[in-house]
Amino acid sequence: MTKLLSIRGLRTWFHTRAGVARAVDGVDLEIAPGETLALVGESGSGKSVTALSILRLIQEPGRIVAGEIRFDGMNLLTLDDRRLRAIRGNRIAMIFQEPLSAFNPVQSIGAQIVEAIRLHRRTSRRAAYARAVELLEQVGISSPDIRVHEFPHRLSGGMRQRAMIALALACKPDILIADEPTTALDVTTQAQILDLLKSLQTENGMGLLLITHDLSVVAETADRATIMYAGRVVEEGPVATLFTRPSHPYTAGLLASVAIDDLPPGERLPEIPGTVPSLLAMPQGCAFADRCPKASGAAGCFTKAPEFSAVSPRGEHRVACFLSAMSPAWRFPVPAERKTLPREMEEDEKIKAKEAA
Amino acid sequence: MIQSRIPVVLKFLRRRLWQVAPVVLGIALLNFLILQLAPGDVVDVLAGEAGAATPEYMAQLRASFGLDKPVPAQLFYYLKNTAMLDLGFSFRQNMPVLQLILERLPATLVLMVTAMSVAAASGLVLGVISARCVHRAADRVISVFVLIAYALPTFWLGLMAIVLFSAKLGWLPSSGMTDISVELTGLDYLLDVAKHALLPALTLATFYLAVYTKLIRTAMLEYFGADFIRTARAKGATEIRITLFHALRNALLPLMTMLGLQLGSILSGAVLVESVFSWPGLGRLAFESILARDFNLLLGILLFSSVMVTVLNICVDVVYASLDPRIEL
Repeated sequence: MTKLLSIRGLRTWFHTRAGVARAVDGVDLEIAPGETLALVGESGSGKSVTALSILRLIQEPGRIVAGEIRFDGMNLLTLDDRRLRAIRGNRIAMIFQEPLSAFNPVQSIGAQIVEAIRLHRRTSRRAAYARAVELLEQVGISSPDIRVHEFPHRLSGGMRQRAMIALALACKPDILIADEPTTALDVTTQAQILDLLKSLQTENGMGLLLITHDLSVVAETADRATIMYAGRVVEEGPVATLFTRPSHPYTAGLLASVAIDDLPPGERLPEIPGTVPSLLAMPQGCAFADRCPKASGAAGCFTKAPEFSAVSPRGEHRVACFLSAMSPAWRFPVPAERKTLPREMEEDEKIKAKEAA
Repeated sequence: MIQSRIPVVLKFLRRRLWQVAPVVLGIALLNFLILQLAPGDVVDVLAGEAGAATPEYMAQLRASFGLDKPVPAQLFYYLKNTAMLDLGFSFRQNMPVLQLILERLPATLVLMVTAMSVAAASGLVLGVISARCVHRAADRVISVFVLIAYALPTFWLGLMAIVLFSAKLGWLPSSGMTDISVELTGLDYLLDVAKHALLPALTLATFYLAVYTKLIRTAMLEYFGADFIRTARAKGATEIRITLFHALRNALLPLMTMLGLQLGSILSGAVLVESVFSWPGLGRLAFESILARDFNLLLGILLFSSVMVTVLNICVDVVYASLDPRIEL
């Protein structure tokens, strides 16, 4: 499958007074047309910075120091400003986390959508307004011909996020980057927004990069997921595989921490011990080694960063962990319900063994 | 949209105008009582200037001016007359106070409007440049200039401007509002006034210019980091569009607030500048009335300017609401 967008070795560093914070330090990812890729990680793991780097929206003191972002035969990182602007909002659009602050407070929703259209299309103001009404209707806003004149502060949170999506869809982008689109919304609205994104995606056939820290969102919407930890990708693969057979101890830990349904009352919630290392002082070895229950000096966990390598026969499931690479059967202690899938795992190993032979 | 706002504005104006009455009454009361505390009256000054006044003559003068009545009675008459829009008579200038004020008002308005426009316009331009080039050479130069402009005493700046541009270079007239030696009409008259207004207006504008530059710079820098600016960039807008259309449009709001607050204080700034440049405006009239203990005139000017400031503030509120949709009238 041809890739729509591919990022190779992206490094976005923040040169602060306290030192260089390597917010994104060597990220690789790919999105195919019509595919939903979830970029998962906790706060500060670099997922938003990765997303902003794609459109070069990183502000000082942040700087993209290395890497390549390929889109439609162009490297976005070396594109001149004019051509980059022609892509922003037109072929790659973005939805932001906080829909209230993401809208200009003194302009009507309609005017802002019209601006997005007219920046890229030669249409009259009247035609652009008609298109804006159409877009608002498409994202499920009732009486769009009235709402189009409404100012952002007069809409509810869910409504604003819908308007934000309408804004992003204004020029029918090839790729939609959604940076935590549902974080600021309540659960019911979250589900509606995700459904909306899904249906719009099938309609337009666009690639969707969904940034989230919410694993349930990933399970519901994404085809593939990329897990980030401390500025690096630790694991990547189809969502079904990641959720059932996580190969990186961090992914396994994340899953364990949300699988709390079967926990007896009063029991301590599962957690990953320790904290994320400071981006200013990253350890020499694997960034997760200090918190990893299985890390060992013998494997080299503390001395060098693990390579990103495939753990599945076809290479779609990849992980950056010495232990997984050495013995794919290795498991992070996951809740009982997740241990019920070893058969598939054994099959995988059989295939692997055959290949090796 | 616009049409539907007009009744709202009218309703707001009606409500606010009702609030003006008690405010103005309070100001009138306060002005009157404070001036009672000042030593001396207009008779003392008149007698002093005449050089040969007997106590009998002074008592007679006081009686004819109504100054011999007890303070509550004077206050009563003052309030009664004010309520009927009669600001009284200036015994010093031998003219009704209202007529005096209306004669001087245009000069002050010319000075104020010019100074505020210059200050706001150049504050905008300098502030935007400063914010765009933050921490670079242009920003540094503007910052130093602003600091100097802010720190310079207005009267000293005015005097130095006269020394340089009038005395040394002879480019501009040093005082007055028109050239009294020739009778000018039409465009020539306007040009003459403009020539006379330039130095006092720029002098008055300097301080405000500094304030507005700083204000716009700070607001713009804040907005450059705002989420909606990032959205605009993600939409593919050019930097110029982002600066002028998105950031500056929002930065106008704090500027409006400041302008509204300072419209009142600029009158007091005008006292100094009008005195230095012998500008025939309200500020100088107020200054002269204090020296002459011409309390009728002074009370009239104070009342008049307080009404003006209140009304201007209402106008600013209306403008503000039209700039910021989040504000409801």
